[in-house]
Amino acid sequence: MKLRYFAWVRERIGKPEEEIELPAGITTIADLMHWLSQRGEEYAHAFENPKIIRAALDRMHVKAETAIGGAREIAFFPPMTGG
Amino acid sequence: MAATIRLQQERFDGALEVARLAGGRNDIGAIVTFTGLCRGEEAGLPLVAMTLEHYPGMAEAEIARHVEAAEKRWPLLGVTVIHRFGRLTPGEEIVLVIAVARHRQDAFAAAEFLMDYLKTRAPFWKRVETAAGTSWVEAKHADNISADRWAPSPSRQAAAQ
Repeated sequence: MKLRYFAWVRERIGKPEEEIELPAGITTIADLMHWLSQRGEEYAHAFENPKIIRAALDRMHVKAETAIGGAREIAFFPPMTGG
Repeated sequence: MAATIRLQQERFDGALEVARLAGGRNDIGAIVTFTGLCRGEEAGLPLVAMTLEHYPGMAEAEIARHVEAAEKRWPLLGVTVIHRFGRLTPGEEIVLVIAVARHRQDAFAAAEFLMDYLKTRAPFWKRVETAAGTSWVEAKHADNISADRWAPSPSRQAAAQ
């Protein structure tokens, strides 16, 4: 599965994207954020306040409690500031 | 309905886009155009530049979903949305929304609806450069309230807090 990061989430983690194998027991977006936050200091920094991080599953906005299912691409980013 | 959605680095010409959307037609009674510009000041400091990051693929799809929603909600005759990305300098345009309809109320409402959703749902992030350095622009709670008024949802309001 591909993970993509944008804006300060990307900067804190230090890369725009990566491929991961979803570990057993990780079923929701919230589970994935928690697992990622334990992968190192940079991830812990990016996900230190998971409530403000937004997620997209296969390019659609989703909530943290959403099941990952067979998603191909999950993105994490701060609240949007376009327009 | 004629819908044009473009993401681009280069500048755009609002008058030209209006002509492209509405030129040569006689069924249109109202054209509402909104252009968002890059201001030359951020938190009291002169702004050097603004850089817009976006999520290619999702940004187009998300804007298209909201254009479809606007089309279902108001009897529109056409919509154009252009959003720039990359590095912009003060005075340059960031975003263009044009809504055309038989009547002005529908064109005004659709343009405002689209802008409110672009602010809070389209995956774009602004970073500003001033003499104090660079920083990411923080999302404004007021923008969430503006978007929520079109479809009040307790979960979105909770997420914004």
